[in-house]
Amino acid sequence: MNESWWSWDHAAAVLPMLLEGFFKYTLVATVLGTLIAVVLGLIVAMTRRVAPGFISTPVTWVVEFIRMTPLVVQLVFANLVLSPYIDSTLAIGIWVLGIHYTTYMAEVYRAGIDSVPKGQWEAATALSLPLLRTWRAVVIPQAIRSTLPALGNYAISMFKETPFLVVIYIPEMVRVAQTYGGDTFRYTESITLAGLIFLVASYPTSVLIRRLEKRLA
Amino acid sequence: MPENTAPDGATSIGAPHIEFRDVVKRFGDNTVLNDLNFTVAKGERVTLIGPSGSGKTTILRLVMTLEELTGGYIHVGGAPLQYEDQGGKRVRVSDKTRRRTTTQIGMVFQHFNLFPNMTVLENITEAPIHVMGLSKAEAISKAEGLLEKVGMSDKRDFNPSQLSGGQQQRVAIARALAMDPEILLLDEVTSALDPELVGEVLAVLKDIAAETDISMLIVTHEMQFARDVSDRVMMFDQGSIVEEGSPEKIFSDPGHQRTRDFLHAVL
Ligand SMILES: Nc1ncnc2c1ncn2[C@@H]1O[C@H](COP(=O)(O)OP(=O)(O)OP(=O)(O)O)[C@@H](O)[C@H]1O
Ligand SMILES: [Mg+2]
Repeated sequence: MNESWWSWDHAAAVLPMLLEGFFKYTLVATVLGTLIAVVLGLIVAMTRRVAPGFISTPVTWVVEFIRMTPLVVQLVFANLVLSPYIDSTLAIGIWVLGIHYTTYMAEVYRAGIDSVPKGQWEAATALSLPLLRTWRAVVIPQAIRSTLPALGNYAISMFKETPFLVVIYIPEMVRVAQTYGGDTFRYTESITLAGLIFLVASYPTSVLIRRLEKRLA
Repeated sequence: MPENTAPDGATSIGAPHIEFRDVVKRFGDNTVLNDLNFTVAKGERVTLIGPSGSGKTTILRLVMTLEELTGGYIHVGGAPLQYEDQGGKRVRVSDKTRRRTTTQIGMVFQHFNLFPNMTVLENITEAPIHVMGLSKAEAISKAEGLLEKVGMSDKRDFNPSQLSGGQQQRVAIARALAMDPEILLLDEVTSALDPELVGEVLAVLKDIAAETDISMLIVTHEMQFARDVSDRVMMFDQGSIVEEGSPEKIFSDPGHQRTRDFLHAVL
């Protein structure tokens, strides 16, 4: 075996496994988790705005509770409770990620909704637009505009937190890297490559977000 | 009661178009309107004048249901708007019923309040399509007619942000007219405009006043405009009517010192 600090043989051997972990788990979890957060976040934000107190207050408690506890604990707990009923740990992981970030996205939407001037609601009332149409055609399009950059940033940060899925034994990329390291006693290549893959994926995304931010400013 | 008849000869016989009955409006413990009573006849144009804080905007916003009545009743076309009297009990009118009445009422705001996420044309077609149930084609052809009327045909696909204040306000007028309102509420629609843009907006409004029999409640500091379009002027102070009368009477020969002081200050 090559005893230098870097071995191209190991790199070549581990890369396909890492990519498999990346595409099958890391990326899937990020994309679906983001989707859940984007949709549920909007629903939570709207509920907190329009629903009567006996609904919106408990929703606020749940949101605060989720924000105040670590993602890792939520993953382990949800897995413990749900695994007898749900076969796929990946599905549990995705929902936990999605719901965790829902609480952050809801805050972003709330700020976006609050940033829509009162005059817009009043113009809608003056035109007798029904409430649902006011949300759909007037408020949400204007609120979303200011939330796009934050949405992108949360997607990246969720992406970077997918290694936590290891605590429920999902073979995402970093776990693959560690396993490979454990089996071969070569950690350098696998961990370095895993880091590089994260970088290659998130850097262009963040550049894109920054551009979007400038365009919307 | 109105002394004047509407331009097309409609008289105030029958139910008043707008009726304020013992209207009370409080914000916290600030009583803005206290037992206010007045009526507007069908087709009548009434201008409200009075010092800042006298409650003019509040009156218009109550009619548009942008503010909730604290006490009393407002009737529009004979129908209760926000509350109704059911055998001495004051009962809130449902949102759905309110909306049926408010579809007859249009409002133009000081700051236009166009929807920035829509084009000029979409701003105007939004309510006809989604409230009146017009087809898209019908709504567009209607909007085009209105844009023509307000002199904005060449801007139909622009975004509001690309327009001057005067142009935005003319679009906002077209948007309100697209709902075929029977009542139009105008709250200082030129006071956010650069002085050189005021004329184009007032010209459009004068045309509409001349060509339609829409009832109007107008708040303005443009006294010449008020003279030109109103049938009646009501002078307010601290939420009560100080005096009312024809524009000629109020502007040339006011009966109250408070009116004289006010007119002296604004003219
Ligand atoms: N949303 C509100 N909350 C609290 N107080 C309000 C609110 N809207 C109006 N008021 C108060 O009601 C009173 C009447 O205000 P209003 O805007 O109707 O006056 P106005 O005659 O239109 O004055 P202006 O000529 O300055 O526009 C004022 O004392 C104002 O501070
Ligand atoms: Mg006012």
